[in-house]
Amino acid sequence: MQTVKMVVTGPFSAGKTEFIQSVSEIDVVSTERKISSAAERSVKESTTVAMDFGRITVDEDLVLYLFGTPGQKRFDFMWEILSEGMLGFIVMVDSTRPETFREARSILETFRAYAPTPYVVAANKQDREDAWDLEDMRHALRLESKVKFLPCVATDKDTVKSVLLELLYSILAEMESGG
Amino acid sequence: MALRGNLRDFTITQLLNLVNLAQKTGTLVVDGPSEQAFVSFREGKLAYARVGHDDGSLAAVLHKANKLTVNQYRAIVERAGKISDKELGLLLINAGYLSQEEILLNLQGYFTEIIRRLFTWVEGFFRFEGEMLPPDDRINVRLDLENIIIEGARQLREWEQLQDEIPSLDMALKFTDRPLKNVSLNVEEWRVVSYINPKNTMKQIAQTNKMNDLEIRRIVYGLLQAGLVEVIRPEGMVIPMSPKTFPTQNKEEQKSLVNRLIGRIRSL
Repeated sequence: MQTVKMVVTGPFSAGKTEFIQSVSEIDVVSTERKISSAAERSVKESTTVAMDFGRITVDEDLVLYLFGTPGQKRFDFMWEILSEGMLGFIVMVDSTRPETFREARSILETFRAYAPTPYVVAANKQDREDAWDLEDMRHALRLESKVKFLPCVATDKDTVKSVLLELLYSILAEMESGG
Repeated sequence: MALRGNLRDFTITQLLNLVNLAQKTGTLVVDGPSEQAFVSFREGKLAYARVGHDDGSLAAVLHKANKLTVNQYRAIVERAGKISDKELGLLLINAGYLSQEEILLNLQGYFTEIIRRLFTWVEGFFRFEGEMLPPDDRINVRLDLENIIIEGARQLREWEQLQDEIPSLDMALKFTDRPLKNVSLNVEEWRVVSYINPKNTMKQIAQTNKMNDLEIRRIVYGLLQAGLVEVIRPEGMVIPMSPKTFPTQNKEEQKSLVNRLIGRIRSL
Protein backbone atom coordinates (compact mmCIF):
# COMPACT_ATOMS: atom_id res chain seq x y z
CA MET A 1 0.00 0.00 0.00
CA GLN A 2 1.38 3.39 -1.03
CA THR A 3 0.59 6.48 1.00
CA VAL A 4 0.97 10.20 0.34
CA LYS A 5 0.03 13.12 2.52
CA MET A 6 -1.12 16.70 2.38
CA VAL A 7 -1.11 19.17 5.23
CA VAL A 8 -3.94 21.54 6.12
CA THR A 9 -2.68 24.43 8.19
CA GLY A 10 -3.82 27.86 9.30
CA PRO A 11 -4.54 29.89 12.42
CA PHE A 12 -6.63 28.80 15.37
CA SER A 13 -10.27 28.22 14.41
CA ALA A 14 -9.69 28.68 10.67
CA GLY A 15 -11.69 25.51 9.91
CA LYS A 16 -8.96 22.94 9.36
CA THR A 17 -10.67 20.12 11.21
CA GLU A 18 -13.99 20.72 9.42
CA PHE A 19 -12.18 20.84 6.08
CA ILE A 20 -10.69 17.40 6.63
CA GLN A 21 -13.93 16.03 8.02
CA SER A 22 -15.78 17.04 4.84
CA VAL A 23 -13.81 14.69 2.62
CA SER A 24 -12.34 12.07 4.90
CA GLU A 25 -13.83 8.61 4.54
CA ILE A 26 -13.06 7.85 8.16
CA ASP A 27 -14.08 9.88 11.15
CA VAL A 28 -11.25 12.30 11.57
CA VAL A 29 -8.85 11.06 14.18
CA SER A 30 -8.78 14.28 16.06
CA THR A 31 -6.77 15.14 19.11
CA GLU A 32 -9.00 17.92 20.30
CA ARG A 33 -8.98 19.22 23.82
CA LYS A 34 -11.19 21.60 25.73
CA ILE A 35 -9.83 25.11 25.46
CA SER A 36 -8.49 26.50 28.68
CA SER A 37 -7.99 30.13 27.65
CA ALA A 38 -11.11 32.23 28.08
CA ALA A 39 -10.30 34.38 25.03
CA GLU A 40 -9.93 31.35 22.80
CA ARG A 41 -12.94 29.64 24.34
CA SER A 42 -15.08 32.54 23.18
CA VAL A 43 -14.22 31.49 19.60
CA LYS A 44 -14.72 27.75 19.99
CA GLU A 45 -14.97 25.10 22.66
CA SER A 46 -12.21 22.69 21.69
CA THR A 47 -9.07 22.84 19.60
CA THR A 48 -6.57 20.55 17.95
CA VAL A 49 -3.46 20.13 20.08
CA ALA A 50 -1.47 17.65 18.03
CA MET A 51 -3.04 16.93 14.68
CA ASP A 52 -6.13 15.88 12.79
CA PHE A 53 -5.88 12.90 10.61
CA GLY A 54 -8.17 12.11 7.68
CA ARG A 55 -7.99 9.47 4.97
CA ILE A 56 -9.07 9.15 1.36
CA THR A 57 -8.52 5.76 -0.26
CA VAL A 58 -7.68 6.30 -3.93
CA ASP A 59 -7.53 2.67 -4.98
CA GLU A 60 -6.30 -0.58 -3.58
CA ASP A 61 -2.68 0.59 -3.82
CA LEU A 62 -2.88 4.23 -2.83
CA VAL A 63 -4.13 6.21 0.16
CA LEU A 64 -4.07 9.97 0.67
CA TYR A 65 -3.74 11.19 4.25
CA LEU A 66 -4.76 14.67 5.26
CA PHE A 67 -3.06 16.09 8.32
CA GLY A 68 -4.39 19.15 10.09
CA THR A 69 -1.94 21.12 12.16
CA PRO A 70 -2.70 22.63 15.53
CA GLY A 71 -3.46 26.29 14.92
CA GLN A 72 -2.18 27.74 18.14
CA LYS A 73 1.31 29.17 18.01
CA ARG A 74 2.39 27.32 21.14
CA PHE A 75 2.12 24.03 19.26
CA ASP A 76 4.19 25.16 16.30
CA PHE A 77 6.90 22.63 17.15
CA MET A 78 4.52 20.11 15.51
CA TRP A 79 4.43 21.95 12.20
CA GLU A 80 7.82 20.92 10.90
CA ILE A 81 7.24 17.31 11.93
CA LEU A 82 3.91 17.22 10.12
CA SER A 83 5.29 18.93 7.02
CA GLU A 84 7.95 16.26 6.49
CA GLY A 85 7.23 14.47 3.23
CA MET A 86 4.05 16.35 2.32
CA LEU A 87 2.96 16.57 -1.32
CA GLY A 88 1.69 20.07 -0.76
CA PHE A 89 -0.14 22.17 1.78
CA ILE A 90 -3.29 24.21 2.18
CA VAL A 91 -3.41 27.33 4.30
CA MET A 92 -6.91 27.93 5.67
CA VAL A 93 -7.89 31.47 6.56
CA ASP A 94 -11.11 32.49 8.29
CA SER A 95 -12.57 35.19 6.01
CA THR A 96 -14.56 36.66 8.88
CA ARG A 97 -11.67 37.15 11.28
CA PRO A 98 -9.24 39.72 9.90
CA GLU A 99 -7.38 39.67 13.19
CA THR A 100 -6.02 36.25 12.17
CA PHE A 101 -4.75 37.31 8.72
CA ARG A 102 -1.34 38.30 9.98
CA GLU A 103 -0.92 34.96 11.70
CA ALA A 104 -2.06 33.16 8.55
CA ARG A 105 0.61 34.99 6.58
CA SER A 106 3.18 34.06 9.17
CA ILE A 107 2.16 30.38 9.04
CA LEU A 108 2.31 30.47 5.25
CA GLU A 109 5.83 31.91 5.31
CA THR A 110 6.90 29.34 7.88
CA PHE A 111 5.64 26.43 5.79
CA ARG A 112 7.17 27.88 2.62
CA ALA A 113 10.51 27.81 4.37
CA TYR A 114 10.08 24.15 5.43
CA ALA A 115 9.66 22.58 2.02
CA PRO A 116 9.60 23.51 -1.68
CA THR A 117 6.16 22.02 -2.15
CA PRO A 118 3.21 23.68 -3.90
CA TYR A 119 0.48 25.25 -1.81
CA VAL A 120 -2.86 26.98 -2.09
CA VAL A 121 -4.61 29.37 0.25
CA ALA A 122 -8.29 28.79 1.05
CA ALA A 123 -10.54 31.62 2.24
CA ASN A 124 -12.91 29.77 4.53
CA LYS A 125 -16.41 30.84 5.64
CA GLN A 126 -17.05 32.67 2.38
CA ASP A 127 -20.75 31.89 2.85
CA ARG A 128 -20.93 34.25 5.82
CA GLU A 129 -22.26 37.76 5.46
CA ASP A 130 -19.31 39.29 7.25
CA ALA A 131 -16.72 37.47 5.11
CA TRP A 132 -14.12 39.67 3.50
CA ASP A 133 -13.94 39.83 -0.30
CA LEU A 134 -11.25 37.67 -1.82
CA GLU A 135 -9.46 40.60 -3.44
CA ASP A 136 -9.30 42.51 -0.16
CA MET A 137 -8.06 39.40 1.59
CA ARG A 138 -5.42 38.83 -1.06
CA HIS A 139 -4.04 42.31 -0.38
CA ALA A 140 -4.25 41.90 3.37
CA LEU A 141 -2.48 38.56 3.18
CA ARG A 142 0.06 40.02 0.72
CA LEU A 143 -0.43 37.10 -1.66
CA GLU A 144 1.17 37.43 -5.06
CA SER A 145 -1.21 37.18 -7.99
CA LYS A 146 0.23 33.82 -9.00
CA VAL A 147 -0.67 32.23 -5.65
CA LYS A 148 -3.93 30.29 -5.91
CA PHE A 149 -6.37 31.87 -3.49
CA LEU A 150 -9.67 30.01 -3.39
CA PRO A 151 -13.07 30.61 -1.82
CA CYS A 152 -14.09 27.83 0.50
CA VAL A 153 -16.69 26.67 2.97
CA ALA A 154 -15.04 23.94 5.02
CA THR A 155 -18.34 22.17 5.68
CA ASP A 156 -19.23 22.09 1.99
CA LYS A 157 -17.69 19.05 0.32
CA ASP A 158 -17.70 20.61 -3.16
CA THR A 159 -15.64 23.64 -2.24
CA VAL A 160 -13.26 21.44 -0.24
CA LYS A 161 -12.86 19.20 -3.31
CA SER A 162 -12.10 22.27 -5.44
CA VAL A 163 -9.36 23.37 -3.07
CA LEU A 164 -7.79 19.90 -3.01
CA LEU A 165 -8.02 19.64 -6.80
CA GLU A 166 -6.37 23.04 -7.30
CA LEU A 167 -3.53 21.95 -5.09
CA LEU A 168 -3.16 18.71 -7.05
CA TYR A 169 -3.19 20.66 -10.34
CA SER A 170 -0.37 22.84 -8.98
CA ILE A 171 1.60 19.75 -7.97
CA LEU A 172 1.11 18.26 -11.43
CA ALA A 173 2.05 21.55 -13.15
CA GLU A 174 5.21 21.77 -11.12
CA MET A 175 6.15 18.21 -11.98
CA GLU A 176 5.55 18.87 -15.66
CA SER A 177 7.66 21.99 -15.56
CA GLY A 178 10.47 19.86 -14.13
CA GLY A 179 10.21 21.28 -10.61
CA MET B 1 20.06 28.95 43.60
CA ALA B 2 22.28 30.86 41.17
CA LEU B 3 20.49 33.25 38.91
CA ARG B 4 21.67 32.02 35.54
CA GLY B 5 20.07 30.75 32.37
CA ASN B 6 19.28 31.18 28.73
CA LEU B 7 17.84 34.34 27.15
CA ARG B 8 15.44 32.17 25.19
CA ASP B 9 13.74 31.21 28.44
CA PHE B 10 14.20 34.44 30.34
CA THR B 11 14.32 37.74 28.48
CA ILE B 12 16.35 40.82 29.38
CA THR B 13 13.10 42.60 30.28
CA GLN B 14 12.16 39.82 32.69
CA LEU B 15 15.64 39.94 34.22
CA LEU B 16 15.44 43.70 34.74
CA ASN B 17 12.03 43.27 36.29
CA LEU B 18 13.40 40.71 38.70
CA VAL B 19 16.36 42.92 39.65
CA ASN B 20 13.98 45.83 40.15
CA LEU B 21 11.48 43.94 42.31
CA ALA B 22 14.11 42.16 44.38
CA GLN B 23 16.16 45.37 44.66
CA LYS B 24 19.25 43.41 43.80
CA THR B 25 22.84 44.57 43.96
CA GLY B 26 25.43 42.99 41.70
CA THR B 27 26.28 42.57 38.05
CA LEU B 28 24.34 40.86 35.32
CA VAL B 29 26.77 39.26 32.88
CA VAL B 30 25.24 38.46 29.49
CA ASP B 31 27.01 36.42 26.85
CA GLY B 32 25.30 37.55 23.68
CA PRO B 33 25.61 36.39 20.10
CA SER B 34 29.00 38.05 19.54
CA GLU B 35 29.91 40.02 22.63
CA GLN B 36 29.62 40.14 26.38
CA ALA B 37 27.82 42.75 28.44
CA PHE B 38 28.11 43.73 32.10
CA VAL B 39 25.25 45.59 33.70
CA SER B 40 25.62 46.57 37.34
CA PHE B 41 22.87 47.44 39.81
CA ARG B 42 22.70 48.86 43.30
CA GLU B 43 19.54 48.11 45.25
CA GLY B 44 17.57 47.48 42.08
CA LYS B 45 18.74 50.61 40.27
CA LEU B 46 20.95 50.70 37.22
CA ALA B 47 24.44 51.81 38.24
CA TYR B 48 26.76 51.04 35.37
CA ALA B 49 26.92 49.18 32.04
CA ARG B 50 29.57 48.10 29.62
CA VAL B 51 29.37 46.04 26.44
CA GLY B 52 31.93 44.28 24.28
CA HIS B 53 35.12 46.20 23.64
CA ASP B 54 33.47 49.61 24.01
CA ASP B 55 35.75 51.87 26.04
CA GLY B 56 32.91 53.20 28.17
CA SER B 57 35.20 55.67 29.93
CA LEU B 58 33.77 59.06 30.84
CA ALA B 59 35.98 60.73 28.21
CA ALA B 60 34.73 58.33 25.51
CA VAL B 61 31.10 58.79 26.56
CA LEU B 62 31.37 62.58 26.53
CA HIS B 63 33.17 62.50 23.20
CA LYS B 64 30.43 60.30 21.72
CA ALA B 65 27.84 62.77 22.99
CA ASN B 66 29.75 65.65 21.36
CA LYS B 67 30.56 67.18 24.72
CA LEU B 68 34.27 66.81 24.05
CA THR B 69 35.95 67.52 20.72
CA VAL B 70 38.28 64.98 19.11
CA ASN B 71 41.28 67.03 20.20
CA GLN B 72 40.04 67.33 23.77
CA TYR B 73 39.36 63.60 23.88
CA ARG B 74 42.83 62.80 22.51
CA ALA B 75 44.46 65.17 24.97
CA ILE B 76 42.69 63.50 27.89
CA VAL B 77 43.59 60.01 26.72
CA GLU B 78 47.25 60.95 26.08
CA ARG B 79 47.97 63.25 29.00
CA ALA B 80 45.65 61.99 31.65
CA GLY B 81 45.77 58.30 30.88
CA LYS B 82 45.77 57.20 34.49
CA ILE B 83 43.19 59.60 35.81
CA SER B 84 39.99 57.90 36.97
CA ASP B 85 36.57 58.85 35.64
CA LYS B 86 35.65 60.33 39.02
CA GLU B 87 38.75 62.53 38.99
CA LEU B 88 38.12 63.57 35.39
CA GLY B 89 34.53 64.42 36.22
CA LEU B 90 35.64 66.62 39.12
CA LEU B 91 38.19 68.37 36.92
CA LEU B 92 35.56 69.12 34.27
CA ILE B 93 33.09 70.40 36.88
CA ASN B 94 35.71 72.53 38.67
CA ALA B 95 36.84 73.98 35.36
CA GLY B 96 33.22 74.97 34.73
CA TYR B 97 33.25 72.98 31.52
CA LEU B 98 30.34 70.70 32.42
CA SER B 99 27.93 70.48 35.31
CA GLN B 100 27.54 67.38 37.46
CA GLU B 101 24.02 66.99 36.08
CA GLU B 102 25.28 67.02 32.48
CA ILE B 103 27.86 64.36 33.24
CA LEU B 104 25.30 62.11 34.94
CA LEU B 105 22.76 62.60 32.15
CA ASN B 106 25.29 61.62 29.51
CA LEU B 107 26.31 58.53 31.44
CA GLN B 108 22.66 57.57 31.98
CA GLY B 109 22.03 57.96 28.26
CA TYR B 110 25.03 55.79 27.45
CA PHE B 111 24.07 53.04 29.90
CA THR B 112 20.44 53.09 28.74
CA GLU B 113 21.64 52.74 25.16
CA ILE B 114 23.54 49.59 26.17
CA ILE B 115 20.40 48.14 27.73
CA ARG B 116 18.49 48.93 24.51
CA ARG B 117 21.12 46.93 22.65
CA LEU B 118 20.61 44.05 25.05
CA PHE B 119 16.89 44.03 24.30
CA THR B 120 17.76 42.86 20.79
CA TRP B 121 19.65 39.87 22.15
CA VAL B 122 17.33 36.91 22.06
CA GLU B 123 20.00 34.24 22.20
CA GLY B 124 22.71 33.86 24.78
CA PHE B 125 23.36 33.06 28.39
CA PHE B 126 23.19 35.19 31.50
CA ARG B 127 24.30 35.01 35.07
CA PHE B 128 23.88 37.38 37.97
CA GLU B 129 26.99 37.90 40.09
CA GLY B 130 25.94 39.29 43.44
CA GLU B 131 29.53 39.83 44.50
CA MET B 132 30.58 41.70 41.38
CA LEU B 133 30.20 45.45 41.83
CA PRO B 134 30.85 48.15 39.23
CA PRO B 135 34.50 49.23 38.89
CA ASP B 136 35.54 51.72 41.58
CA ASP B 137 37.14 54.15 39.17
CA ARG B 138 33.97 54.56 37.10
CA ILE B 139 31.12 56.93 37.91
CA ASN B 140 27.95 55.14 38.88
CA VAL B 141 24.43 56.42 38.33
CA ARG B 142 21.19 55.59 40.11
CA LEU B 143 18.62 55.05 37.41
CA ASP B 144 15.15 53.64 38.07
CA LEU B 145 14.45 50.61 35.92
CA GLU B 146 10.70 51.04 35.41
CA ASN B 147 10.87 53.15 32.27
CA ILE B 148 13.56 50.94 30.79
CA ILE B 149 11.44 47.87 31.50
CA ILE B 150 8.41 49.41 29.82
CA GLU B 151 10.53 50.24 26.78
CA GLY B 152 11.91 46.70 26.78
CA ALA B 153 8.45 45.19 26.93
CA ARG B 154 7.40 47.37 24.00
CA GLN B 155 10.45 46.23 22.05
CA LEU B 156 9.71 42.61 22.92
CA ARG B 157 6.21 42.97 21.52
CA GLU B 158 7.70 44.48 18.37
CA TRP B 159 10.13 41.60 18.18
CA GLU B 160 7.34 39.05 18.47
CA GLN B 161 5.27 40.82 15.84
CA LEU B 162 8.21 41.06 13.47
CA GLN B 163 8.96 37.40 13.97
CA ASP B 164 5.36 36.62 13.01
CA GLU B 165 5.70 38.74 9.90
CA ILE B 166 9.08 37.37 8.88
CA PRO B 167 9.44 33.98 10.53
CA SER B 168 12.49 32.77 8.59
CA LEU B 169 15.61 34.75 7.76
CA ASP B 170 16.73 31.90 5.52
CA MET B 171 14.49 33.27 2.79
CA ALA B 172 15.66 35.81 0.20
CA LEU B 173 14.15 39.05 -1.09
CA LYS B 174 13.43 40.32 -4.53
CA PHE B 175 12.22 43.68 -5.72
CA THR B 176 8.64 43.89 -6.84
CA ASP B 177 7.76 45.64 -10.07
CA ARG B 178 7.28 48.89 -8.19
CA PRO B 179 10.25 51.14 -9.03
CA LEU B 180 12.42 52.56 -6.28
CA LYS B 181 11.56 56.11 -7.33
CA ASN B 182 10.74 58.92 -4.95
CA VAL B 183 11.27 56.59 -2.04
CA SER B 184 13.22 58.07 0.81
CA LEU B 185 15.24 55.44 2.57
CA ASN B 186 17.62 55.97 5.44
CA VAL B 187 21.23 54.81 5.43
CA GLU B 188 20.45 51.49 7.10
CA GLU B 189 17.67 50.75 4.63
CA TRP B 190 19.93 51.53 1.69
CA ARG B 191 22.55 49.19 3.09
CA VAL B 192 19.97 46.39 3.07
CA VAL B 193 18.54 47.38 -0.31
CA SER B 194 21.98 47.29 -1.88
CA TYR B 195 22.28 43.59 -1.08
CA ILE B 196 18.80 42.54 -2.16
CA ASN B 197 19.24 39.79 -4.65
CA PRO B 198 17.39 36.47 -5.02
CA LYS B 199 20.65 34.72 -4.12
CA ASN B 200 21.15 36.45 -0.76
CA THR B 201 19.22 35.28 2.25
CA MET B 202 18.09 37.86 4.79
CA LYS B 203 20.47 36.22 7.27
CA GLN B 204 23.40 36.83 4.90
CA ILE B 205 22.35 40.45 4.33
CA ALA B 206 22.17 40.97 8.10
CA GLN B 207 25.58 39.41 8.66
CA THR B 208 27.18 41.50 5.91
CA ASN B 209 25.69 44.67 7.37
CA LYS B 210 26.46 43.64 10.96
CA MET B 211 22.79 43.83 11.88
CA ASN B 212 21.05 41.70 14.44
CA ASP B 213 17.86 39.74 13.77
CA LEU B 214 15.61 42.52 15.06
CA GLU B 215 17.27 45.22 12.98
CA ILE B 216 17.10 43.28 9.71
CA ARG B 217 13.50 42.23 10.36
CA ARG B 218 12.52 45.81 11.14
CA ILE B 219 13.96 47.09 7.87
CA VAL B 220 12.61 44.24 5.75
CA TYR B 221 9.19 44.68 7.32
CA GLY B 222 9.18 48.34 6.26
CA LEU B 223 10.18 47.41 2.73
CA LEU B 224 7.52 44.69 2.61
CA GLN B 225 4.82 47.04 3.89
CA ALA B 226 5.78 49.60 1.27
CA GLY B 227 5.38 46.88 -1.36
CA LEU B 228 8.96 47.32 -2.54
CA VAL B 229 10.13 43.76 -1.95
CA GLU B 230 8.74 40.29 -1.59
CA VAL B 231 10.01 37.22 0.22
CA ILE B 232 11.17 34.38 -2.00
CA ARG B 233 13.06 31.15 -1.65
CA PRO B 234 16.75 31.85 -2.33
CA GLU B 235 17.84 31.16 -5.87
CA GLY B 236 20.10 28.16 -6.16
CA MET B 237 19.11 26.93 -2.72
CA VAL B 238 18.04 23.38 -3.20
CA ILE B 239 15.78 22.11 -0.48
CA PRO B 240 15.58 18.48 -1.43
CA MET B 241 12.10 17.10 -1.73
CA SER B 242 11.74 14.63 1.07
CA PRO B 243 12.15 11.09 -0.21
CA LYS B 244 9.03 10.34 1.79
CA THR B 245 6.94 12.66 -0.40
CA PHE B 246 6.32 10.06 -3.08
CA PRO B 247 6.42 6.33 -2.55
CA THR B 248 8.26 6.05 -5.87
CA GLN B 249 11.19 8.02 -7.31
CA ASN B 250 10.16 7.40 -10.92
CA LYS B 251 8.86 10.68 -12.38
CA GLU B 252 6.27 9.07 -14.62
CA GLU B 253 4.94 6.97 -11.77
CA GLN B 254 4.76 10.09 -9.63
CA LYS B 255 2.68 11.87 -12.29
CA SER B 256 0.44 8.87 -12.61
CA LEU B 257 -0.02 8.87 -8.86
CA VAL B 258 -1.07 12.55 -8.84
CA ASN B 259 -3.49 11.89 -11.71
CA ARG B 260 -5.02 9.03 -9.74
CA LEU B 261 -5.44 11.37 -6.78
CA ILE B 262 -7.14 13.94 -9.02
CA GLY B 263 -9.48 11.30 -10.38
CA ARG B 264 -10.37 10.14 -6.90
CA ILE B 265 -11.02 13.62 -5.50
CA ARG B 266 -13.24 14.45 -8.48
CA SER B 267 -15.30 11.36 -7.82
CA LEU B 268 -15.90 12.13 -4.15
